[in-house]
Amino acid sequence: MTHETATAQTPEAFISSVTDRVNRGNRFCGLFASPRDHDTRLLAVVASDERLTVDEVVLPAGVSEYPSLTPEVPAAAWYEREIRDLYGLDAVGQAQPDPLIFPFPSGSERPRPGSGDPLGAIEPDTTPLPAHLSGEGVFTIPYGPVRSGVFESIEYLVETPGEDIPSLRTRVFYKHRGVEKRFENMDVEDGVLLAERVEGVATVAHAIAFCSAIERIVGVEISPQSGMIRVIHAELERVANHLDSTLRHTETAGQAVAYARLTTHKERVLRLRSQLCGSRFGRGVVVPGGVTAPLRLDSGQLLAALTELESSIRDDCRLLLATPSFIDRLRSTGILPPELATSCAALGPVGRGSGQMEDVRFTRPYAGYRHLGHQVLEPRIDGDALARQYIRLEEMWGAFHLIRQAADELDRAGSPRGGRWHEVVEPAIGEAIGWAEAPQGEVLYLVELDGLRLRRVKPRSASFHNLALFPSAFPKDILTDFAFIEASFGLSIAGVVG
Amino acid sequence: MPWITRGLARGIVTTGYPRRPDGYDPGFCSSIVVDPDHDADASLAEVAARCPTDAISVVDGRARLDRGRCVLCGRCSALRPDVFRLDPGHETSVIGRSELVVPDIDDDDAGLEVTREQLARRVKALRRSIHIRHVDAGSDGSDEWEVAALTNPIYDVQRLGIYFTASPRHADVLLVTGLGSAGMVQPLRHTYDVMPHPKVVIAAGVDAASGGLVGSGYAARGGIDDLVPVDVYVPGSPPSPFGLLHGILLSVGLLPTKANPGAGSSPERPTGQPFPEGSPPRDAR
Repeated sequence: MTHETATAQTPEAFISSVTDRVNRGNRFCGLFASPRDHDTRLLAVVASDERLTVDEVVLPAGVSEYPSLTPEVPAAAWYEREIRDLYGLDAVGQAQPDPLIFPFPSGSERPRPGSGDPLGAIEPDTTPLPAHLSGEGVFTIPYGPVRSGVFESIEYLVETPGEDIPSLRTRVFYKHRGVEKRFENMDVEDGVLLAERVEGVATVAHAIAFCSAIERIVGVEISPQSGMIRVIHAELERVANHLDSTLRHTETAGQAVAYARLTTHKERVLRLRSQLCGSRFGRGVVVPGGVTAPLRLDSGQLLAALTELESSIRDDCRLLLATPSFIDRLRSTGILPPELATSCAALGPVGRGSGQMEDVRFTRPYAGYRHLGHQVLEPRIDGDALARQYIRLEEMWGAFHLIRQAADELDRAGSPRGGRWHEVVEPAIGEAIGWAEAPQGEVLYLVELDGLRLRRVKPRSASFHNLALFPSAFPKDILTDFAFIEASFGLSIAGVVG
Repeated sequence: MPWITRGLARGIVTTGYPRRPDGYDPGFCSSIVVDPDHDADASLAEVAARCPTDAISVVDGRARLDRGRCVLCGRCSALRPDVFRLDPGHETSVIGRSELVVPDIDDDDAGLEVTREQLARRVKALRRSIHIRHVDAGSDGSDEWEVAALTNPIYDVQRLGIYFTASPRHADVLLVTGLGSAGMVQPLRHTYDVMPHPKVVIAAGVDAASGGLVGSGYAARGGIDDLVPVDVYVPGSPPSPFGLLHGILLSVGLLPTKANPGAGSSPERPTGQPFPEGSPPRDAR
């Protein structure tokens, strides 16, 4: 067991237990639901420094509401809205009643992922949201879902008197795919392929989190060599994502040469990844019990490619940080106040730009991270797009450092025992939580396994958790800052809606 | 000032494709090739059962594979390397859904010819200025990276007269990623409707072709075929930038041919491209 579970007898006791833990300084990770026969379990996950704790309560069949956690733990708001959409359970006392994940027509059946009950095609209720604000000259800009450029589909409702943004709402349901329902009854071997596609730009992190949950249930240890291979792929994924966020900044700031060069670097990273495993996104590498195969490049080739990449990226980023017309657009733009980042437990670079330094690679090490050295980042509390940009650059240098060490370790260790890159996964019954630090922040997988079939899989991406904070990052900003703030959050909408 | 010298320092990084093949990446595979001459074999049914997206069917002991479903997990080629082989060639886009099924054993040449000629006639007026509107209809997010990569200096599609446009009213090509999520049905349809004639629709990736691993469900429509009339399919999960570029050039008749190696605007049949087949003729507009 990697986490402790405390079962509460009543919803009220459940709420007070979770509140108590959060007030004692634990980080709220999420609130989830899982059917058990006709009942529904609510699970709240909190993290202390090195472990996860789960509070649990059973809502019997027929009960359709529970007291809201949001007044005490504001980060719970989106989770309660998600549970309401997918399970039809109301959080009494929740202030934001709009649907989130999918606007089911009233009276419609709910998917209840994990129940195994089939559900046919459903048409969403796409009635536009009413305006929040009224007043002379205030108008609403519906930005999306089809946006101006190559973006994932999402709608931002910007209400503005002209320049500043007093109200911003997000509507994310457009690309909801029903991934959690699809996981039902899949076998483990197929499940990892789906996990890779929950948030495609963080393929490796999702696969690691899913597989480590399975490995915990089944009780297998992956070989140190597979652990190092997981690290190498995960860190290249981080470099690609952080480059993506940076290049979107340069594009918006009109830095044409920097943009051209960074897009070239990003392409080279994707090509290096495909040379290592045959997929530009590291797909098919991580499987329950280890990895599918060794790297296709030897460590000499990998290190040579890495050195070349790192020096050209560093060179361009150094110049970028000395370019005032770039820095000025990011400084004091999109400030996420540190108090809010703490109370809502912001994740990943978004959190780290506002003083939330936790990184589960090092607080709850997985794969090979336990054996690798890393530099501790300087805390930043500015909370602006520039702070997030600095964090991303430092994380990139850290990633290169980790890959080098992992490649050395791999060289030293040679082939795993018996030449087996992945251990056999025997059927088992149980549940566990897996995690990984994706480029966007902590990814969690709650997995319930029955033999080799998945009963319930709940992926929780950092994108979901952080997007809830996005509207709070516009205290003094104007419309032209929007693109910077969005890029500096670096989220994937696929990961938000599932 | 320093950016000016830096911009020039690296020289030309742009690919020569489609004028000449690009030597990119022997490690990267875009499709599965099925040996057309393999022996009839009852055990292939087991391989088909292991396919996560039911892309493999076995008829009379012979395997066929639907590239519109294949997510390139490589399971079949690991089990039966004598029948299934991962192939690095990226020119895998086709006109017509049924062309994605390999090996091709139907021969409805007349029907194929009609579909192809109608598309060629339709896109003739576009000549060498192609404007693309991309719409995400429920992707996993990786497809957008690959579409966006087309404008980086390495692929640089602007050199071919291909541009991305924000307004569907300026667009000639609708490039759709994603499995057709319920929420995107209306926005996608609306985007298509306001595009001027002539217009072309490309389904980019297996999600758009068939729904991929998620397939159909309460919120997934199993591909975009029933939502907009698709002309060209690009396999891949996600499709690679070269695969996308091939699909775009194929859709607008700009692939180089033997008669016109300079990638002319005349919509002649691209060499080496299979004839399209099957799908009902679309209006000539």
